[in-house]
Amino acid sequence: MPLDAIPYNFLTGRLEDVVRWARRNSVFPATFGLACCALEMMATGAAHYDLARYGMEIFRASPRQADLMFVAGRVSQKMAPVLRQVYDQMVEPKWVISMGVCASSGGMFNNYAIVQGVDQIVPVDVYVPGCPPGPETLMHGILALHEQIRTGELLKRRQASPTGGAGIEIAQRDGAPAPSLTASTRA
Amino acid sequence: MSDPTPAPADDAREDVHEPGAAPAPWDEVAAALVAAFEGAVFHDSHGQPVVYVAPARLAHVATFLRDEQQFTTCLDVTAVDHLLDGERLVVAGVEPERFEVVANFLSHLRNRRIRVIAEVPAADPTVPSLTPIYPGVSYAEREVYDLLGIVFEGHPDLTRILMPDDWSGHPLRKDDAPARVPVTFKGDPGPRVGRVAE
Amino acid sequence: MSDVWEEVERLGRQTDEGAQELRPRSELVVTGGPWPEGEGEGEGETMIINMGPQHPSTHGVLRVMMELDGETVVRAKPVIGYLHTGMEKTAEQLTYVQGSTNVTRMDYASPIANELVFSTAVERLLDVEVPPRAVWARMLLAELSRMASHLLFQASNGMDIGAVSMMLYGWREREETLRVLEMITGLRMNHNFVRPGGIAADLPDGWQRAVLELCEIVERGIDDYDTLLTSNPIWVERTVGVGVITTEQALALGISGPILRSTGFPWDLRKAQPYLAYDQVDFDVIYTENGDCFDRYRIRLGEIAESIKIVRQCVDMMPAGDYRTQDKKVTPPPRARINESMEALIHHFKLFTEGFRVPAGETYVSVESPRGEIGCYLVSDGTGKPVRMHIRGPSFYNLQSMEPMMEGRLVADAVAVISSVDPILGEVDR
Repeated sequence: MPLDAIPYNFLTGRLEDVVRWARRNSVFPATFGLACCALEMMATGAAHYDLARYGMEIFRASPRQADLMFVAGRVSQKMAPVLRQVYDQMVEPKWVISMGVCASSGGMFNNYAIVQGVDQIVPVDVYVPGCPPGPETLMHGILALHEQIRTGELLKRRQASPTGGAGIEIAQRDGAPAPSLTASTRA
Repeated sequence: MSDPTPAPADDAREDVHEPGAAPAPWDEVAAALVAAFEGAVFHDSHGQPVVYVAPARLAHVATFLRDEQQFTTCLDVTAVDHLLDGERLVVAGVEPERFEVVANFLSHLRNRRIRVIAEVPAADPTVPSLTPIYPGVSYAEREVYDLLGIVFEGHPDLTRILMPDDWSGHPLRKDDAPARVPVTFKGDPGPRVGRVAE
Repeated sequence: MSDVWEEVERLGRQTDEGAQELRPRSELVVTGGPWPEGEGEGEGETMIINMGPQHPSTHGVLRVMMELDGETVVRAKPVIGYLHTGMEKTAEQLTYVQGSTNVTRMDYASPIANELVFSTAVERLLDVEVPPRAVWARMLLAELSRMASHLLFQASNGMDIGAVSMMLYGWREREETLRVLEMITGLRMNHNFVRPGGIAADLPDGWQRAVLELCEIVERGIDDYDTLLTSNPIWVERTVGVGVITTEQALALGISGPILRSTGFPWDLRKAQPYLAYDQVDFDVIYTENGDCFDRYRIRLGEIAESIKIVRQCVDMMPAGDYRTQDKKVTPPPRARINESMEALIHHFKLFTEGFRVPAGETYVSVESPRGEIGCYLVSDGTGKPVRMHIRGPSFYNLQSMEPMMEGRLVADAVAVISSVDPILGEVDR
């Protein structure tokens, strides 16, 4: 069929680029507010900072409808299994932003109760520093994640995990097995 | 607007600071407690009335405060572990023990507070529960049990409240959980704390 | 509004005459722990469902177990600890100078109240007097913080009950409040600004104008909320008569703050046991009679207006002078002295590495946070770090009110109840 017979404008592109473009512009975060950072996460979604600009204003209450989990706050030893379960309930492709120093490394709460870094439980794509990170910082993290989605591989996480994300043993991005929670933090 | 509780008269408070003499309670509730319970010791803690009682009497004291003295609320129950104290507050007439169970009471009607402290020995960390008298301290007693391992006899459901159910130990005890745990970063050869020490 | 103390005296007289009417009722027993399998009222028709800890309307990580008979809640039990941070253990590792960094992260919706109660406790153990400017600045900040906290409540309460646009309205004003707090303290949240001995820095230039502008913005905002919600038939339907609690129940359960005031008991520490300079400013204690979710919403709306009143008086009456005590033991030397004096540099270094020593003693200090009475029980042993730092979080006790409020109501009301209790889990679990 000659092209001039088509009555509409159109663009061409590689399928992967189109998929990445679509994914990048409709990342649905899960509501996973834990502590102080949750308030800043809500502030980012509210009118002043307007996360809707990036197609992200819909925070999904069900993890099954979400692509992105903000670990917004300190993760306690009691919350860690819950966090992992929520992560497992999310469908691929999925991303994790570790928001704030408590989620990233335990922060100032270096004690018996807090998991010293959420990357011991779930693979993290972007670490956002701050205590708590302001909405601008969080947005910078979100844009960094968008850039990762735009340039990253389509099926990376599925290849890295033999169980396709639903099982418990998801290896970390560098291939090393996730360190056991009980072994490393409970003395 | 008038303050329902007149401030204690200055001359009544002066004898508190006399060294050696047993301090006379300037607080009327504390005086009533000291009179009603043998062995109760009054202490003026930075202008706040505190009464030290035997742990076994704690529930009786709470009943007395509620029924005789119009103390409407038990604000808080907590405990202190004095295992590693540098220098401990000395109160004449009180035999110090490792644990202290501290209960704060508030009378909304008389607009006054009082604090009751019981010295609890490490060998037998048991005190009677205040939940039959003040149901609101249920969570607080569970927290003290969870974090410091003090058993409240008569509590309807003394279980862990903050830590996971399968946790072992009582982390706020000075000889239990380490306050600092090593942090591992991804790709790190070892814990950060260990490497700094080398 | 009638005088608060008339009310208290009225209630007191009732108690004297009518056989201890306000005596806590001991049949109200709050239980916990796992429920036995298969137990239930009726003919085994009840069902136990679990709400949270990851649930959008549980304000963080609260988990509520509910036993349902159809859609009616037979029993409800909050399960907490999912945000247990071990802050009381960490406090034993931090010096008194660092301590307020730790406590400010407990009730993260109103951090100034935490810092204030901790700093006041340390000052009482040290017997340090705070200069008037610091007192008034603390009061200003505490009220700004109360405004921010209650605005957050308006936003989240609206969203939980279904008025989703309230989320945007509430955050609109809260964002302005945070902006002013950022201007004064340098941070939007977790300010660490109120410290033992005073405040961390003097109020910045032009703070009066910023604060007064904020007052106007927030006043317009609460008028908006009032128009949107107070006479909105859906809102009234969802909240009036829902989650009722009586004064006796509230006192028995150790409940304070807006929940206690909603039962017709005008108890506010700012009036009853004035701290800072609350006895020198003019404001009313807002209280209502019905003890339901609507009343708790109305009280918090009214308290924002009262806070604005206090803030305006703070602007008028702010004294000049030092913003922290000149006690060399507690306060570091000024920056200019460090540049010219070796001793000042050493003093500064010692103060921030080792902290100051606090004589052995114990004290309990309480202030009125937006959620109720927040208390700090502090024990020192003469060293630079506390032996024990315990915070009596108002949310921790207020959570116990959920059981009497929810039982016998529909599941949908449970969400309204959780929201109206306004728990901050960081303070519950600490």
